[in-house]
Amino acid sequence: MRFDTVIGLEVHAELATATKIFCACTTKFGGAPNTQTCPVCLGLPGALPVLNKRAVEFCIRAGLALRCEIAKFSKMDRKNFFYPDMPKAYQISQYDLPLCRDGFLTLDCGKKIRINRIHLEEDAGKLTHSTGTERYSLVDYNRAGVPLIEIVSGPDLSTPAEAVEYLEKLQRILEYLEISDCKMAEGSLRCDANISLKPIDREELGTKTELKNLNSFKALSRALDYEIKRQSELLAAGQAVRAETRKWDEAKQQTLSIRSKEETQDYRYFPEPDLVPIELDPAYIAGIAKSLPELPDEKKQRFMADYGLPEYDADLITSAKRLAEFFEAVNAWYFNPKAASNFIMGELLRLLGEEQLKSAEIPVNPASFGDLLKLIDEGEISVSVGKQVFAQMFRTGAAPEEIIKAEGFKQISDETQLLAVINKAIKDHPQSVQDYLGGKEKAAGFLVGQIMRETKGQANPKLLKDLLHRELEKLKE
Amino acid sequence: MELCDLTIHELRGLYARKEVFPSEVLASVTRRIHKVEKDYGAYLTLDLEGAAEQAQAADARIKAGKALGVLEGIPVAIKDNLCQAGKEATCASRILQGFVPPYTATVVRKILAQGAVILGRANMDEFAMGSSTEYSAVKESKNPWDPQRTPGGSSGGSAVAVAAGEAIAALGSDTGGSIRQPAAFSGVTGLKPTYGLVSRYGLVALASSLDQIGPLTKDAEDSALLLNILSGFDPMDSTSVRVKELDYTRDLQQDLSGKKIGLPLEYFGAGIDAEVKRTVMKAVDLLKELGVEVVEISLKFTEYALPAYCIISSAEAGSNLARYDGIRFGKAAARIEDNLAAFYTRTRSEGFGPEVKRRIMLGTYVLSAGSYEAYYKKAQQVRTLIIKEFNEVFQQVDAIITPTTPTTAFKFGEKSQDPLRMYWSEVCTAPVNMAGLPAISIPCGFSCGLPVGMQIIGDHFMETVILNIAYQYQRVTDYHKARPEPVRKEGTA
Repeated sequence: MRFDTVIGLEVHAELATATKIFCACTTKFGGAPNTQTCPVCLGLPGALPVLNKRAVEFCIRAGLALRCEIAKFSKMDRKNFFYPDMPKAYQISQYDLPLCRDGFLTLDCGKKIRINRIHLEEDAGKLTHSTGTERYSLVDYNRAGVPLIEIVSGPDLSTPAEAVEYLEKLQRILEYLEISDCKMAEGSLRCDANISLKPIDREELGTKTELKNLNSFKALSRALDYEIKRQSELLAAGQAVRAETRKWDEAKQQTLSIRSKEETQDYRYFPEPDLVPIELDPAYIAGIAKSLPELPDEKKQRFMADYGLPEYDADLITSAKRLAEFFEAVNAWYFNPKAASNFIMGELLRLLGEEQLKSAEIPVNPASFGDLLKLIDEGEISVSVGKQVFAQMFRTGAAPEEIIKAEGFKQISDETQLLAVINKAIKDHPQSVQDYLGGKEKAAGFLVGQIMRETKGQANPKLLKDLLHRELEKLKE
Repeated sequence: MELCDLTIHELRGLYARKEVFPSEVLASVTRRIHKVEKDYGAYLTLDLEGAAEQAQAADARIKAGKALGVLEGIPVAIKDNLCQAGKEATCASRILQGFVPPYTATVVRKILAQGAVILGRANMDEFAMGSSTEYSAVKESKNPWDPQRTPGGSSGGSAVAVAAGEAIAALGSDTGGSIRQPAAFSGVTGLKPTYGLVSRYGLVALASSLDQIGPLTKDAEDSALLLNILSGFDPMDSTSVRVKELDYTRDLQQDLSGKKIGLPLEYFGAGIDAEVKRTVMKAVDLLKELGVEVVEISLKFTEYALPAYCIISSAEAGSNLARYDGIRFGKAAARIEDNLAAFYTRTRSEGFGPEVKRRIMLGTYVLSAGSYEAYYKKAQQVRTLIIKEFNEVFQQVDAIITPTTPTTAFKFGEKSQDPLRMYWSEVCTAPVNMAGLPAISIPCGFSCGLPVGMQIIGDHFMETVILNIAYQYQRVTDYHKARPEPVRKEGTA
């Protein structure tokens, strides 16, 4: 039997507001446990929530970018359940009137993935369970009350690769909107997946399982792969898939059942009486729509059209908003898109990686970078010297001219000077000369290498090649 | 008459003329407390030393001729569900034993800023669930008019403190009648403001969409003075409303002629004690003499108001009280069970009294899958109809008058074993909370020696109208000045 795979993702993103959703506590990550709390986010008796306007705005930004309808009338609801990480024993969330609904995200192949809804809610605290023989759990409420949006896709994804592409695109969009850090490792972007299989000739969906603990793109992809295999084996053997929640076990590389759906809790949702409904003025929504930045896919298309970049380059350079902005700033100063793109993809991303810097923290001035590209184009220095200069610009922030001057990097284009070095090399490496004369053209390459070493890479490569050939040809006669 | 039997406005006059000082008033209140508190049990905790310090500071300010707060040197009691930083707040429940809030309720902050002297924390039904203080986990407060009877509730302690002169005024909270009903039973004036007029920040919630804080005082003028301080938008409470600041004493002196009052038939029907009806109607006749036009009106959804109120308030209460799990604050089960659910169960089984458990179960039930539509949703629809009906009536009348309670104060044990009979005592008051309207209960006579309360209901944010009517009524009557016998004896001794 052949099956279609049906996947839907529920993505939680922590919003990068300065303060929590219902109080003035900071949302900073990594503070000492329970230092970023107050009576409101600790749920002390008598404390009341006050909705953070910025969190609503951020949720609307996400909704608009994902082509959702924005509710003019919305409200917060209580989701009731006992758990020690939820200090009020209810989570303030949204039930039947989410802020955003009915949007979509387009994959590269043109397939539209429906976004059913985006709603606003509060995060829970963090539990740490003891691993030793003494059994206890610790609760840190710093995260309790951090604003979250939950983005629920339709069951429109057909392969693990599509799921990964969807999540990558979503991450990129949220990052462009500057509403979330979107770090899967820190938990500011979290993803649950619903997956079911159905015989290809059937309309109705099969029984789904919900996958949790997908802490990376790789985990998402592997957990889905595993689940497809597991479910299809069950179905092929005539067995039923159980409706259940399963956890991805990174060590075992498999999904394990954590609870059956029959045990699903009744959350007893009802409208949060401590908050008033959210009524949005169309002008307010329009104002937010106007303030939206160019989104990743539009930017990528424009980079291909306006800068003539290959798709690969455009995709990589628009992967982060600040990187794309840097690229545009460089070209505004000195226009050579492909050279800039090569340097960014090759050198800049490598150095950022080495220093563990974000694209928002590029320590190079785009104008200086443009100057460097110009110096290369004008033959002042070679590309390889340019790379060395760039590394120094990256580490010291100095202008390329200064570095070239200080290091004596200037390209040698003086014929007499070059001829002296060439003749020395010919004299020092008679074997290579013999090889060349014997027809091994490659031997010239060895000589170029020696000369470059002698000149610390500063020899004008084109001129060097020409002169060397001329000198070697002379020997032939 | 002792100093402790005076009103805020009387004391303010004496202070202004430097004829009396706060320490003397506090001394009088303290004497009264020592005399009657053991019999009446108005307070859960007293802080007379702290009060003495506050009173002395007020003395000094008065003597130095400094600008005085509206409540400068006025001894007040606050209900145990209002948080004050550093003071244990238990809501008369075992589960909150030892809970000391690190923050102060907005209303408490406001009265302190106006120089009020806080005497202590008044007894109440556990988590404000009840109409008699019998559900307090600590003790019962007694009605000073007949200690065999309850003072009403849930703000029973606050009402007793004011009635017996153990405080000049008190703060209470009202979810379905918890200020007005004990005010009626104990012969004092109790005001429930419009929902949203007074900040709920720091009030331990019973039912968030119904709770409102208000004053229990000896007359309407004191209510107006206190409302001036309590009211106002609070950025810490999203449900508090930005309304124009108003002097609620402004219209007290206004003539009542031309005012139109509605008498809803449904509030004078079956289940309302005949003597109570007669007493309230007599008061209405007096108002007619003062120039008020009286019309009969109908509020036909009243019949459904109490059941709908029970559903909504229980649903919200069940959710609000879910946080009491013994983990972060309050009293945990003595024996830590091996698993979390068992620990929760034990803590909550030990910590909550029977009425609280009943409402949590009811609230959980009406919100659960399968009953939500039939109960909670239906109750919300009823609520919308009640609001609409009141709105329509207020197109025609300035105020509505009803009995505050169907009977006068009942005896201990009379209803505590029958929850439905207990809930019935809120039949006239709960619809007002459902509609978020303001209402005041004032003493309007006696039935078999027990005070009868008249409820005056106003349109949203029209506190000035009901205070005006109450004040004019009290100008020509003495019922609000009557004191229970033991207190009278002491006064004449």
